[in-house]
Amino acid sequence: MSIHASPRALRTAASWWHPVGARLDRGASLVFILPAVVVILAFSIFPLLASLYVSLSRLGFSEGGVELKFVGFGNYAKLLFGIDQPHFLGVTRPLTPVGIAVLLVIYGLFAVLLYRYARGPNRTLGGLAGRVVTTAIAGALVWLIVNTILTSGRPGTLVVTIVYVAVDVSVQYLLGLGLALLVVQHLPGRRFFRVVFLLPMMITPVGVAYLFRMLTDTSKGPLYPLWAHFGLTDVSWVTNPWGARLAVMIGDVWQWTPFIFIVLLAAIETLPHELTEAAVVDGANRWQVFWRITFPQILPATTTVVLIRIIEGFKIVDLPNVLTNGGPGTATESLTLHAYTIWRALDIGGSAAVAYMLLIVVTFVGISYVNLFRRRVTAMA
Amino acid sequence: MAIIRRRRGSVSTTTVPFPAMTLSYIALFAWTFVVLFPLYWLAVTALKTPLDVNGGPFYVPWRDFQPTLDSWHYIFFDLREDTFRPYTNTVVVGLTSTAITVLLGSMAAYALVRMHYRVGLGAIGSFAVAVAITVVVVIAGGPWPLGVAAGTGVFVLLLQTVARRFRRGAGNDDIAFWMISQRMLPPVATIIPIYIFFQQLQLLDTWGALIIAYTASHLPIVVWLMRDYFQSVPIELEESAAIDGASPYRIFRSIVLPLAVPGLVATFLFVLVFAWNEYLIALFLTSANAQTLPLTVAAQNATRGPQWWYMSVLILIMIGPVIAMAIALERFIARGLLVGAVKG
Repeated sequence: MSIHASPRALRTAASWWHPVGARLDRGASLVFILPAVVVILAFSIFPLLASLYVSLSRLGFSEGGVELKFVGFGNYAKLLFGIDQPHFLGVTRPLTPVGIAVLLVIYGLFAVLLYRYARGPNRTLGGLAGRVVTTAIAGALVWLIVNTILTSGRPGTLVVTIVYVAVDVSVQYLLGLGLALLVVQHLPGRRFFRVVFLLPMMITPVGVAYLFRMLTDTSKGPLYPLWAHFGLTDVSWVTNPWGARLAVMIGDVWQWTPFIFIVLLAAIETLPHELTEAAVVDGANRWQVFWRITFPQILPATTTVVLIRIIEGFKIVDLPNVLTNGGPGTATESLTLHAYTIWRALDIGGSAAVAYMLLIVVTFVGISYVNLFRRRVTAMA
Repeated sequence: MAIIRRRRGSVSTTTVPFPAMTLSYIALFAWTFVVLFPLYWLAVTALKTPLDVNGGPFYVPWRDFQPTLDSWHYIFFDLREDTFRPYTNTVVVGLTSTAITVLLGSMAAYALVRMHYRVGLGAIGSFAVAVAITVVVVIAGGPWPLGVAAGTGVFVLLLQTVARRFRRGAGNDDIAFWMISQRMLPPVATIIPIYIFFQQLQLLDTWGALIIAYTASHLPIVVWLMRDYFQSVPIELEESAAIDGASPYRIFRSIVLPLAVPGLVATFLFVLVFAWNEYLIALFLTSANAQTLPLTVAAQNATRGPQWWYMSVLILIMIGPVIAMAIALERFIARGLLVGAVKG
C-alpha cells in the first residue's frame, strides 16, 4: 500500500507537454484506466453499498423470489445488544483483580501517551481529536477483551478475530524477521532455504487446515509419542476452546510467516552496505549494528508488510472453518465465519451486518495504524 | 554476521565466524524441518491404507508400513470425473482470471504512473448523489431502469452545472489509493450482493461468475505491485518511441510490457496462487458444476469422518503445480514482486 509521490510520477505529471505524456494523455489515458475502474466500481463499490442496504433490512427467499424488508439498525442492535450479543461480543463477567490490574495498566499507558501528545510541540487540534476518538474506541475494545478473556466469561467472534490477528501477526513478524536475518548471511545453501521457506505460502489454506488437523491429532498424529509421554493422548485440542484457537493460530503462523520473511529478506538485501561496514570499523557489535542501522532502515518495509498482514489477517476464515468448524461451540469462529454461518441460516441481513462490523473494525485498525505508526516512519525515512 | 555482506556478484571478503555459523545452521534446519515435516506427513499419508492411518502413527514407508497406491487409484480412477472436473475448473478459472486481472491491472498501473489524471471532486460528488438517487428510487419500489435513468440524468445535470464550481480534484495518487484500499474490503462484505447479482443473471455455479469475482477482488494487488514496478522502468525508451510516432498502445505492448516481465511474472504467480487457493468466494458462488479444488478438499470431511488418505492425495495434486511454479520462478519473486513492498 505505498501511496507516495515518486519523483518520476511527479515529473511525468508536471510535464504535460512531455512527448510521452502529451501523446498518452489524449484519449488513451481513459482506455487504459477505465476497465479497472469499472470492474472495481461494479464488483466492489456497488456491492458494498448494496450490502449496506441489505444489512439494514431483513431478506428472505419467498416463493415469488426475493423480498426485502427495511428494519433500520435492527440487525446491528441484535448483534450489539440483542440475542446475538453473546455470539458477537461474548459473555462478560465481573472483573477479577488480574483483569482490573491489566485494564489499569493499559488505560494508564493510553493516558500517558495522550498526555505526552497534548503537551508535545507538534500537536494540532485535529490530531488531538483523532487521538481521543482512537483511544476511546481502542479502550472500549480492550475493556471487552479483558472482560471476556481474563474472567470466566466467553469471548465472542469479534474478540476471537482480534486475538487471532494480534497473536498471528506478532509471532509471524518475529519469526519472519529472524529467518530473514539468518538467510541473509553468506552461508552456503542459502538459495535452498529461500525456496523451502516460501513453500507454506503456496498451499491452499483449506489444505493447511486439514494438515494441522492430522498433525495435532493426539492419538494417531505424528506427535503421539510426545502426547503419550505427558499422558495427554485422550485430550483433544479441538474440544478445549484455547487449544482449538491455538491450533488455528499455529496453522496461520506456519502459512504466513513466509510472506513476512520474503519481504523483509528483500528489504535487507537491498540496503546499502557502506553504513554497516563503517559501523563495524568503528567497533559496533552485531547487536548494535542491527538496532541502530539495519532495523531503522527496514522500518518502512516492516510497517507495510505488517499492515498487509493485519488487513489480510482479519479476513481469516478457511482455517477455523475446516480445522475446528468454528467449534467447540463458537470458540474459534472468526468474524467472516460468523457471517457465513448466519448466511447459511438464511439470516442474510444479519450476515451483512456482521460483515459491515468487520469492515468497520478493519478500517478503524488500518487507519489508526497508518496514522500512528506508518506515517511517522515514512516521515522519518 | 547477518548484516555484513557484499552485494550480489562482488567477491565477499567477510566470512561468518564458526560458532555463529553453526548456530545459524541449527536454526535454519530447525525451521526447514517445521516447514517440510507437515509436507512429508502429507506424502506419507497419501501412501497409507485407512488401517495404517488409524492404527497409530507410522513414520517411514516400508519400515513401519507397506505403502500402497490405493488412495491414488481411488482419486484418479474411481472418482475420476469428481476429481478432474474441479481440477479443470480450478485451472481454467485460475489462469483466465489471473490473465485478465494482470492485463487490466497493469494497464491501470501503467496509466497511473505515466499519465496525468484529474477527477474533479465535483464530478465525484455528482456521481455519489446520482447513485444515492438511483438507490432511493429502487428502494422506494420503482423499477430499476427508471432509477438508473433518473440517476444518470441527475449526474449529467450536476456535472454540467454545480460540479464546475469545484476546482479541487483527485490526482493519480488518490486514484491509486482508492484502488489499492479496496483490498481492505473483506470479501464477505460484498459477496451477498454479488451472489444475488449472479443469481439474477443465471450465472451462479459457472466459470464466468468466479472469473469476474476473482478479477475484481485481485485487481488491487496487481495495481499496487505493478505501479511500483513501472516506476522503476526508465522512461527514456518510451520517450524516443513516442517521438518516432508510436501510439500509446504500441508503446505499452512493445516496450513497456517486455521491460516489465520480471514484475509481471511475479505478480502473475502471486495472483494465481490467490485464485488457485481461494475458498470463501467459491463457497458462495458455486455448488457442483463449477466447484474448485479447495471445496473438493474440504468436502472430503464426509459423514464417515475425515478421509485423510484421499484428502492427502487431493492436497498433493492440488499444491503440486503451484509449488513447482514457485520453485522455478523463485528468483522472480525475490526481484520482481518486492520492488514495491520494500520501498514501503
